[in-house]
Amino acid sequence: MPSQPIRLYTKGVVLGYRRSKHLQYPQWTLVRIEGVKEKNDTQFYLGKKVAWVYRAGKKNKDGSNIKVMWGKVATSHGNSGVVRCRFRHNLPPSAFGATIRVMMYPSNI
Amino acid sequence: MPKQLARGVPLLSRSARYKKSGKWAVKHRGPVEGQVKKSKAVVTTKTEKKLGKKGTRTVVRPRSPRFYPTEHVPTKLYSRPPRPPKIRPSLVPGVVLIVLAGKLRGKRVVLLKVLPSGLLLITGPYKINGVPLRRVNPRYVIATSTKIDVSAVEVPAQLNDEFFKKPANSAPKKSQEEFFEGDKKDKKKEISPERKELQKTVDNQILPIISNQEYLKEYLNAHFGLNKGEYPHLLKF
Repeated sequence: MPSQPIRLYTKGVVLGYRRSKHLQYPQWTLVRIEGVKEKNDTQFYLGKKVAWVYRAGKKNKDGSNIKVMWGKVATSHGNSGVVRCRFRHNLPPSAFGATIRVMMYPSNI
Repeated sequence: MPKQLARGVPLLSRSARYKKSGKWAVKHRGPVEGQVKKSKAVVTTKTEKKLGKKGTRTVVRPRSPRFYPTEHVPTKLYSRPPRPPKIRPSLVPGVVLIVLAGKLRGKRVVLLKVLPSGLLLITGPYKINGVPLRRVNPRYVIATSTKIDVSAVEVPAQLNDEFFKKPANSAPKKSQEEFFEGDKKDKKKEISPERKELQKTVDNQILPIISNQEYLKEYLNAHFGLNKGEYPHLLKF
């Protein structure tokens, strides 16, 4: 393994759930991916796996308290490159504002 | 349920349904010449049913067979023979791939062959970046535009899906003493000398091709990673 860690994902930020003013849809979380500012830029990321990596209280048997929630980029949202993601289990609100990893797989290149 | 315009009103008319069914194209309705159709002798019982004034009519009913399996044995459905896998056009033998996930993430490897299962057979080569002959899922790989001419490289026919498959009972059943001792994590996986030989056979064909191209060896040795300001949707691989 190299001395420096390799990043094979793009960072994104969880903006919140898909919602209107009074109604929210927790199945969909909105994610702003770094460097993606327009709707056509999101084309690459559609279908890519997305992971929210966080630390839980308890340490699991491997000795780490790192947990992951997996999801996928589903569609683009609006015109400015925001993207809608769907997770295996809905993201908790504590993830709002957190950094998310947008992986480069499943690859289509 | 067939499509209906309204209850009791089918979407397609009788003639339209006939056309759609394709029955008009079937030329052979009777037995084919030369083919003797085996007719199963169905044992039937005939009973006379009285119909009052109208007289009687015979009711013919097939008898239940003498022998039948006690457990229902499902008939095997027709399964199509496997077809060659569909792989995206960028995955051509000789292309340099970037592995995106798993133990080999970030490594640049050479694609040797697409196996019938749809997985890709890759090699480091081992001497360059420590990647052995291995299978890899095409969806977890990016094909770069760097290609090596491997048309002269002969990949041994032994290297197929069966060769790489994990044996069915890979987890050995622990004996009592071993169970109480607990997990031994320092068990080293031994690589068979056969594998090492195959690795050499393949790599020795590829290494001279790589050394011919400038910087290719260093390229394969280097890892891929995203740096600040590098976004995959803007990168050209």
